[in-house]
Amino acid sequence: MRFGVIVFPGSNCDQDVYYALKEVLGQPVDYLWYAETRLKGYDCLILPGGFSYGDYLRPGAIASLSPIMTAVKDFALEGGLVLGICNGFQILLEAGLLPGAMLRNRCLQFRCQDVYLKVENNTTPFTGRFARGQVLRMPIAHNEGNYYVDPATLGRLKEKNQIVFRYSNPEGEITPAANPNGSVDNIAGVINEEGNILGLMPHPERCVEELLSGTDGRELFASIVDWWAQQGLRGLSNSF
Amino acid sequence: MYLARVHVTLKTGVMDPQGEAVKQGLLTLGYQGVKEVRVGKYLEVRLEAPDEEEARHRAEEMCRRLLANPVLEDYIVEVAEG
Repeated sequence: MRFGVIVFPGSNCDQDVYYALKEVLGQPVDYLWYAETRLKGYDCLILPGGFSYGDYLRPGAIASLSPIMTAVKDFALEGGLVLGICNGFQILLEAGLLPGAMLRNRCLQFRCQDVYLKVENNTTPFTGRFARGQVLRMPIAHNEGNYYVDPATLGRLKEKNQIVFRYSNPEGEITPAANPNGSVDNIAGVINEEGNILGLMPHPERCVEELLSGTDGRELFASIVDWWAQQGLRGLSNSF
Repeated sequence: MYLARVHVTLKTGVMDPQGEAVKQGLLTLGYQGVKEVRVGKYLEVRLEAPDEEEARHRAEEMCRRLLANPVLEDYIVEVAEG
């Protein structure tokens, strides 16, 4: 499968994601400049972290209007896999591809630390290597990760099993103390109803080798590759 | 030429960590009567339009499409020649 990493003005985790996919997972991957209007031959698009457009107006607001985002929306609507990490998650929210919005962290601090995440949904293309309820450790680094949805939307997210990751303590308990930014219901990552667009605040690309203090992020990317291989096999079996 | 003054504020009920911090600052200064502070944004958009009504219409559309995030923000638009 082929990955595309979208580079916006102000992205700064693009090279980390590229490295994780190419060097750690050995997958074909290209950088895609934000001014591109056509996307061909990609199976998964990743919107990396950073400070696109300096976070002006609201994080992700201006980037969500970039020329490439029209192609990303078309790709996503056709069922293509899209992953937004940190600022990439904020861009997906501003683009309306995922529900909700980000507020400034409740603590008013830029939080740069490891957090624990409970896997709430392991049936997505991004989480197949995890067990439901498994606790992961990943770094966060953000100022606006305080996820907000109104109560009615939160109810729908729960009902449709769209909450994929929640901040927990190392034992997997969902507590206020484990919530680094004030997110509603300790939400760290959500998926769209169709199950092909995932956004999360933690940085899986920063934990893909033991040297980087953990490999839980590598398993997330490997889940995508697994899922793709299985879909490919299913496609083949259908054609016979 | 018209000037649209746009006020963007958080919806009622949406947590405002900045506003809470500013409130604490005011209380520290001794303003004990302060019960709540909400931080918003103020934008000035200068635009060409055939008339004031059209200028207001365009400015409100800008709010819906970019200047405010409808998930958590409200907006007020004032338009005048300028």
